Amino acid sequence: MADPVNFTIDGRQVQASPGTLLINAAKQAGIEIPAFCYYDGLSLQAACRMCLVEVEKTPKLQVACTLPVAEGMVVHTDSAQVRQARKGTLEFLLTNHPLDCPVCDKGGECELQDMVFRYGAGESRFVEAKIHVDEKQWSPIVFYDAPRCILCYRCVRICGEGLGVNALGIGNRGAVSEIVPNRGDHLECDECGACIDICPVGALTSGTYRYKTRPWEMEHVGTICTHCSNGCKTTLGVRNGHIIRANNRDRSGLNGEFLCVKGRYAFDFNEHPERLTAPLVRATNGELRPVSWAQALATVAKKFTELRARNGKFAVLGSNHTTNEENYLLQKFARQVLRTSNIDHHRTGDVATLMDALHDRQNALATTSDLYNSKAALVIGSDLAQEQPFIAFQLRANWRHHKAHVYAVTPGPVREDNYATTLNAEPGREFEALESLREKLAAEPELIIVFGAAIKGQAVARLVEFGDSLNIPVKYVCLVDYSNSRGASDMGVVPGLLPGYHSVQDAGLEPGLNYDQILAATDLDAVWVVGTNPVARQPIAATNAFVLVQDLFLTETARRADVVLPAASAYEKNGTVTNVCGDVQKLSRGPKTMGAKSDLEIIALLAKEMREDLRATSPEAVFQEIRKSVRGYDVPFAVVETGGAAHTVPLNGRVAFESEPEAIRSAGNTLFTSGTLGRFSKMLNAVIESPGALYEDPHKRSFVRPGSVQVETVTQEK
Amino acid sequence: MTFSPGLEERFQKLLNSYPPGRQRSAVVPMLLYAQDELGAVTQELVEEVARRCGVTPLQVDEVIGYYSMLHRKPLGKYHVQVCTNIACQAVGGEELYSHASRTLKLGNKEVSRDGLISLEEVECIGACSWAPAIQVNYDFHHFVTPERFDQLMAALRDGTYGRKAS
Amino acid sequence: MRYNEPSPLEQMVISYRFDLPNSTSIDTYLANDGYVAIQKAIGLTPEAIIDELKASSLRGRGGAGFPTGMKWSFVPRNTGKPSYVICNSDESEPGTCKDRLLMENDPHQLIEGMLIAGWTIKSNKGYVVIRGEYRYLIEIVDRAIAEAYARGYLGKNILGSGWDFDLYTHSGAGAYECGEETALLESLEGKRGVPRLKPPFPAVVGAFQSPTILNNTETLSSIPVILRKGGAWYAELGLPKNGGTRLMCVSGHVNKPGVYELPMGFPLMRLINEVCGGMRNGKKLKAVIPGGSSSPVLKAEECDIPLDYDSLAKAKTMAGSGGLVVLDEDTDIVAVALRTIKFYAHESCGWCIPCREGTAWLKKIIGRFHDGGGQQSDIDLIAELANNMLGRTFCPLGDAAAMPTAAFVAKFRDEFESRLNHSRTAQAVPELAIV
Repeated sequence: MADPVNFTIDGRQVQASPGTLLINAAKQAGIEIPAFCYYDGLSLQAACRMCLVEVEKTPKLQVACTLPVAEGMVVHTDSAQVRQARKGTLEFLLTNHPLDCPVCDKGGECELQDMVFRYGAGESRFVEAKIHVDEKQWSPIVFYDAPRCILCYRCVRICGEGLGVNALGIGNRGAVSEIVPNRGDHLECDECGACIDICPVGALTSGTYRYKTRPWEMEHVGTICTHCSNGCKTTLGVRNGHIIRANNRDRSGLNGEFLCVKGRYAFDFNEHPERLTAPLVRATNGELRPVSWAQALATVAKKFTELRARNGKFAVLGSNHTTNEENYLLQKFARQVLRTSNIDHHRTGDVATLMDALHDRQNALATTSDLYNSKAALVIGSDLAQEQPFIAFQLRANWRHHKAHVYAVTPGPVREDNYATTLNAEPGREFEALESLREKLAAEPELIIVFGAAIKGQAVARLVEFGDSLNIPVKYVCLVDYSNSRGASDMGVVPGLLPGYHSVQDAGLEPGLNYDQILAATDLDAVWVVGTNPVARQPIAATNAFVLVQDLFLTETARRADVVLPAASAYEKNGTVTNVCGDVQKLSRGPKTMGAKSDLEIIALLAKEMREDLRATSPEAVFQEIRKSVRGYDVPFAVVETGGAAHTVPLNGRVAFESEPEAIRSAGNTLFTSGTLGRFSKMLNAVIESPGALYEDPHKRSFVRPGSVQVETVTQEK
Repeated sequence: MTFSPGLEERFQKLLNSYPPGRQRSAVVPMLLYAQDELGAVTQELVEEVARRCGVTPLQVDEVIGYYSMLHRKPLGKYHVQVCTNIACQAVGGEELYSHASRTLKLGNKEVSRDGLISLEEVECIGACSWAPAIQVNYDFHHFVTPERFDQLMAALRDGTYGRKAS
Repeated sequence: MRYNEPSPLEQMVISYRFDLPNSTSIDTYLANDGYVAIQKAIGLTPEAIIDELKASSLRGRGGAGFPTGMKWSFVPRNTGKPSYVICNSDESEPGTCKDRLLMENDPHQLIEGMLIAGWTIKSNKGYVVIRGEYRYLIEIVDRAIAEAYARGYLGKNILGSGWDFDLYTHSGAGAYECGEETALLESLEGKRGVPRLKPPFPAVVGAFQSPTILNNTETLSSIPVILRKGGAWYAELGLPKNGGTRLMCVSGHVNKPGVYELPMGFPLMRLINEVCGGMRNGKKLKAVIPGGSSSPVLKAEECDIPLDYDSLAKAKTMAGSGGLVVLDEDTDIVAVALRTIKFYAHESCGWCIPCREGTAWLKKIIGRFHDGGGQQSDIDLIAELANNMLGRTFCPLGDAAAMPTAAFVAKFRDEFESRLNHSRTAQAVPELAIV
């Protein structure tokens, strides 16, 4: 590291590393220099002129957001001249900005309001007519009110630089300049809403949130998005038990401010009118009738006890949305209480085989933040922007900020084509493409290999061999599709594996039936389905089996059930989930749906009803048990408890396990689908239906297409 | 979308004039030349220019909004541009514009019903020392008095207007 | 052609071919000292050429008046990257109409100037960026370029030097802001003409992210004669640090408005009285805008001043683009101030807040004031708002709007005040369309 630069700011001698922009150096010294257009991580604009400061020996005020600190520089950020300049700039800004803060959607959390409060003048000298332009709606999600826009260009930059979508531009010029969408009068984009969240004022507002509440009326609950596997933190704005919005404006969590359309807007499934609020039991006339929890639990306990007594055949299908604690307890219940190894979940990536292939490595599993810091990354068989949006953002940011080299081997065009070295390879021919990249990859100082479900079974080991042959440090990420797919695998919701990738044979058991086998078996006596919807794909062959379903909705599977127990959503419970990179994070309960219970509570109540002792049953206690007993999960408790991400490394010796590659299927979700949950999100459906909302690069054909391995149109997993 | 052979040739020359991979440079001149032929910037033209220059239609839209000579609505066959900036103002440019507006019965950027003439009050056109000045399409006319203006307009109407710079 | 009679007081150094028959043809040019300077340049090192320019004390004729030799010396050479020569022919500063004449009457002189620039930095490509309104000039320059190619002054292996240089025209489409050099480069790259963050300066990172010489038409047109006759000779024509001649564009209330080539430092009053035949209709002089509409106005009593960069800077105005608007005693300064700010509001690119909002607000206040709705407090407010823009905008356009506005109020406050008192009887103003 070069020697720090010494400079003086507001009379204080401080240091900063060379090249630090004055605005950041001041921040490090605890001094705020106000700015609208400056935004950490985005390109410099110097457009708002709010950050002007006095630098001795320069005649004009200097722009702190573009000026690197220099040795001996003497800066004044609060001189009369600086205060006057800020006041003048704010006065200019307010000339055409409506002064209707009481009815503005942004009131109370508006940066312009805050700036004027702190630095502005108390009176207005502008007595002329303001420029008025009507508000426009660009998509079900995005509304734009030009008069409120202060033209800081944050939205344009986050869309172009951050997401690589480039859906926003600047129209007109001078005082009538405004932001314009890419399709004339509407947007064709990811609908991620990053532009709305990054807007410092009320110019961009969201169709889900606008005019529903005042920000201070909400409670803000930081939790983890329940849709894809990337594990983005989303802050729920909850008012009177209802989620009003989701965002991540505090940039906390491993995703910073990133969220995709699902993280920001697809929380509305939670309040869908079809949410189940009472247990249902099939009556003698064949109808599912609402009953009390006590009645429903008694019915199930009785049935399970009876069947167990006569050595009935059980099978359990777990979820890739439920928490680690729920998955852990479910497999414990299955193996201890029901004495069955017939347990599985919809596996979307071959995690277990990767753990086996890497069994003797140190530092072979990449964290989410590694994706931003590694010098190079290789993506195989995934359209990240569609399927793994935060990973796509992270790699792109790594390229933008650190000039990382990104490579992609995919069957069709992907958004990474815009900046990465990409090769197209038909499914099954990925290794030929890898060979052609070998020289370049081997020249990298390090590499992260991110691979999709096209690489499974034998191919995983082959991939690791390829990685070894490069003779550079390589880390891996096995892509999976849902919010806790990784956790389901790690917690042993798999027929042959106990939590932490111990073979069931270690416990003297034999591997049971897998997901497909369970559905195909005709001789099962009971099938317990937790948070998954297999019947959307294929009926349960055991037509006489007693079927218990825990779910949010009366899904195709629930319709087949004998007892349906209404489950709480991920947003309604505490616990932990593990993201695609193995980072464990904490869920915090926001809203509550009357009548529904968390799957953990249901499992625990059922055990009690059957007079079985599972010992720990609270989320906290189960997590402690996991930390103690599951390989790789002995993570620092404080990190998780305080909302951080703790990396799990469930590597320790060979995994005695048959991979069953045929059981591994990507969910094929796009940005706008999320299995069964997505079907109950009005906003996701509105976005899909709106003209042009399905993102497609005009110069490229869509990557996820029917018939390719990435899409299994039959798969409609929750 | 195809243009006249002359314009196609011009575009080819234009695209070849920039360094490799810099075909975006052609956006502004291409729009202006095409507009001259088509009478306005149409959506089809936006898409075409985007395609030829390797940019998105949005990037073309941004440019159209910025440059004052680019317009999406057709102007008259003869676009009469009266400068009223300070040099012309000093010697009657504003009065000339008012005269034009009154006699042509056209407001700013309005087109006559027959599509023959449109009027625009413009910023400095670079004829300050020979003011007041107007441009009819790309032709300059210097030292334009109201009488001279009327004669010019009559010539536009009766088809005797020829290409000349005063 | 010329649009006004030349003056016997003119010292024609770059305009002497204007009156020749077929002045645009390469034959005329060759018969009159044409392409001699480039031959000479090819025998010189870049350092020697730059030294000659420095000796000439030629300063940029676009407005900023930066020493040209110095500017060229900042361009890194032999970087292995391509480099470019750009001519800023986006002439749009109100009051200025000289580049038009240079291209219309002597395009080869410009081409030769660009060739010398290209040779100096071993660039292989140049562009003449011409404002869209000057369509007929694009045709003229294109024809001249074609002639130069045909005679081997452009293209491959120029004059047997082994060096190649291609030259093209590039049209703008109506944007004053594109006269700002980095905005011009953005426009050349097919984008909105929004200026770039500086540093880096165009000399280092200019056109297509490469080292670039970027000069005004008149500046580049002055290069051949400097090389031909020597920097010292050229410097002698003008004043110290203000070498040579410039085309002065006189407009407004004089008997003989026109573009005249005069030595730097030529006295303003002689320009009005001797070159331009005095004030029109025997009126008294009220004020002169000395360097395009961006330059602060000079009151009549301040007009006893030599027209060079330093003298005008000392008088707190600027030589700017050489566009002089002479205003007589009948001139309504409030109307001039209004027309000026309307222009800047129309041309503000909108990128930064103080310029975008400041020009729009000033236009509204001065407009209201002009139309008789003014209040006493508006006068100070105008001055204060101009002050709030000065030095705080992203590019010089903000200053260009604020400086003249502040000067109009400061120097003609009485006119603003009397406007206030006589607002009811203010003469009807023509309905103006530019808003």
